[in-house]
Amino acid sequence: MMGSERVAIVGTGQTKHQATNDGSIAGVVRQAAERALEDAQMSWADIDAVVIGKAPDFFEGVMMPELYLADALGAVGKPMFRVHTAGSVGGSTAIVAQDLVAAGIHERVLTVAFEKQSESEAMWALSVSMPFQPPMHAGAGGYFAPHIRSYIRRTGAPDHIGILVALKDRLNALKNPYAHLHEHEITFDSVKESMMLWDPIRYSETCPSSDGACALVITNEKGGDAAASDGRPPAWVKGTALRSEPTMFAGRDQVNPRGGQECAWDVYKQAGIAHPRDEIDCVEMYVPFSWFEPMWLENLHFAGVGEGWKMVESGATQLDGDLPVNMSGGVLSSNPIGASGMLRFAEAAMQVRGQAGEHQVDGVRTALGHAYGGGSQFFAMWIVGAEKP
Amino acid sequence: MRDVAIISFAQTKHQRAVSDINEVEMLMPILGEALDGAGVKKDRVDFVCSGSSDYLAGQPFSFVMSLDAFGPWPPISESHVDMDGAWAVYEAWVKMQAGKADIALVYAYGKSSPGDIRKVLSRQLDPYYLGPLWVDPVSLAALQARVGLEAGAFSAEQMAEVAAASRRNAKANPYAQLSGDAEVAALLSEPEFVAPLRKHDCPPISDGAAVVVLAADGAARELSEHPAWIRGFDHRIEPHALGSRDLTTSVSTKQAAAKAGVGDKPVDLAELHAPFTHQELILRDALGLSDGVSINPSGGALCANPMMTAGLIRMGEAANRVTNGEASRAVAHATSGPCLQQNLVCVLEGE
Amino acid sequence: MSDIQLPERLEGVEPVRSIRTFASLTYQYTPGRAASRFLKEVERKRLVGQRCPVCKKVYVPPRGSCPTDGVATEEEVELGHTGTIVSFCVVNVPFMANLMEIPYVGALIQLDGSDIPIMHLIQEVPYDEVHMGMRVEAVWVPDGEISHTLESIKYFRPNGEPDAPYDSYKENA
Repeated sequence: MMGSERVAIVGTGQTKHQATNDGSIAGVVRQAAERALEDAQMSWADIDAVVIGKAPDFFEGVMMPELYLADALGAVGKPMFRVHTAGSVGGSTAIVAQDLVAAGIHERVLTVAFEKQSESEAMWALSVSMPFQPPMHAGAGGYFAPHIRSYIRRTGAPDHIGILVALKDRLNALKNPYAHLHEHEITFDSVKESMMLWDPIRYSETCPSSDGACALVITNEKGGDAAASDGRPPAWVKGTALRSEPTMFAGRDQVNPRGGQECAWDVYKQAGIAHPRDEIDCVEMYVPFSWFEPMWLENLHFAGVGEGWKMVESGATQLDGDLPVNMSGGVLSSNPIGASGMLRFAEAAMQVRGQAGEHQVDGVRTALGHAYGGGSQFFAMWIVGAEKP
Repeated sequence: MRDVAIISFAQTKHQRAVSDINEVEMLMPILGEALDGAGVKKDRVDFVCSGSSDYLAGQPFSFVMSLDAFGPWPPISESHVDMDGAWAVYEAWVKMQAGKADIALVYAYGKSSPGDIRKVLSRQLDPYYLGPLWVDPVSLAALQARVGLEAGAFSAEQMAEVAAASRRNAKANPYAQLSGDAEVAALLSEPEFVAPLRKHDCPPISDGAAVVVLAADGAARELSEHPAWIRGFDHRIEPHALGSRDLTTSVSTKQAAAKAGVGDKPVDLAELHAPFTHQELILRDALGLSDGVSINPSGGALCANPMMTAGLIRMGEAANRVTNGEASRAVAHATSGPCLQQNLVCVLEGE
Repeated sequence: MSDIQLPERLEGVEPVRSIRTFASLTYQYTPGRAASRFLKEVERKRLVGQRCPVCKKVYVPPRGSCPTDGVATEEEVELGHTGTIVSFCVVNVPFMANLMEIPYVGALIQLDGSDIPIMHLIQEVPYDEVHMGMRVEAVWVPDGEISHTLESIKYFRPNGEPDAPYDSYKENA
């Protein structure tokens, strides 16, 4: 296969994530997009194409909302593209945008992902009863809790691991002005004592429902170089990968899915990474329930099988650890579903660019952005770096 | 740009309601047929992309289970668009241009029969101003037709001629839902349905699915004796509010056609995704197609209109005719949104 | 959005923050051939899975294809009404219009003779005694109420057999 053009992220933007954003759907996506354009020091006219992603249309009650949003996103007269790959959509949307530049089709692409869960009732939207399928008795938590129990059974991880992750992410969120949850009073005990919703998942170990949007401006090498010479260092894309596998099949490993493992090796190989724990400086990973951090640490090859929880316990994933995870507070602190994956990708880029403010990790050269969706079956990842690949 | 070609195409027989099988069962046979047609097993496919709509299926994440029809194991590189499958072809083509895939498979499916399609499609509209009014797509198309008729952009006779030609062409298409001989005069004597549209000006409601296989460079030459090469590919969108648009023409089709280089060389054949008769007239004009161009030899969307799929079918039908030598340069077109809001244009050529 | 400058006559006017549009769409779903066959058997109080001709795994409920091989699962295999709890969770959230008394247990249950677990409720046992490997049996609604839905099984309950060894179900745990 032929090579491709170098790709740079020169602008990121996001809204303040919150339970109910008073803006219209168009207003929310436009605010994130304008912030990304401002960061990139570009105007709407500079953009060649728009790629938009979101989770199910039922969340807002608008079918194919890209049609209605064309005007608000300055896409009139341009190509506008809509992606939907379940929870990983924010990541896969950014990958489509980067592919457009990598392929040399466009020079400057705006990509946006959003969710306004307050526009309809998200629980309703997710629970359209399907008459021929087995009844779902407990929502998303009820779906994932048995997988977490399996992880605990396999590894012998102690109960407090999930609490440590939740506490870390919520404390990190205090350093991120855009995070939905700012729980100043949170403590280990308050997480431990929060209600056990879906045993073994406690209330404080779950993500909130948020309204919010994220946007990126992605350019080719010329654009990346121009930003760099202007004193605005870009994040260079060093690899992107997607993997999907069936929702359920006999013998499927839902704790450590093969799709995630292979997606990670694919993206590491593209970035020339052989030892991810040593060569990656920080990670924004998609952790909607706190126990997914140790699970994904193993799935992404940062820890050996059965060792992820020990890495959490050691403090390695804290903001001052040797592999900080979810410096922004992650999905546990803000979850505008369709945007959540793109936020991981954007926060990884912000770290590489030294733009993360209070939750910046010193000296980040290489970062991983990770998203997953469906029943732990859709994966999207990218590696971004400070140096041009 | 890499050379990328459509090397295989399969589709279901489109019907008003496919009620005995689900989406997986609808897709499985044609996925097999398209892979056989390309002469590859699924393990050679580097990238899979699909197009479908949750609102059509009446179920969030509806595309997730459909993927089981392909059998994505070991894990595959895969993506999905909540758009017509023609845009999924575009995403696959981009992936191939970026050097990340040599063989790609694209599928799309749409069953309109589970819901009331006119009500469902009204959910595409601006949720603050138009959505609450439940305006349906036939009424919007009628509004567009009226504007065109009043402006003298086309006539009722021309619209009826489009319907008659489509049905006549579809007689040779075993997958079409509607076909037959109809006299223009007889069509014009039929009552109006949503004035000024008559029934024959509107598409049938269809359930159906389609699959194409794409291959790049050497892989295309290895697998196909006559690949249908994609020589131009672009899509553009217009404002959503109808009041902001000139409905008698299709600006976004013109833009996409210019970018795709439609006018650079003569065109023999065009498969246009025109769900309404007057829209074919608008599109022919926007694409600058001369009278000698064979339009919709398959019968087009007026003879089978599975949502999210009819655009992909245009690409497959055009590619087939390039592959079999019927055309040396063909245009395939797909549309999305009310009154041709968004349009995609693809130029396909033989060697 | 705060960055919009309102004309003077609109200043101080309470902004419109929300409009409600009630949308009701009715859909008629198609189970498909495989699921129809399965549900017809449920109506007769039988659980019948389907075997993949390629990987030989037995799927229940069948959905039309083997998810890994992408082929139709034609061969029918009658399954027991007993199975093993592969994993579970204790639910403390009142979910939707669920009439369950909380806490209750939702479990992945691998029916004897099948290769994939189904999700169902566990009852007739204190929630804190439920564990992985527990053997359970289906409790059906009264015969007159059985119809073509998996809700014809009210729940599963322990059947008193000794626990299944972890190795016997760990492939799905």
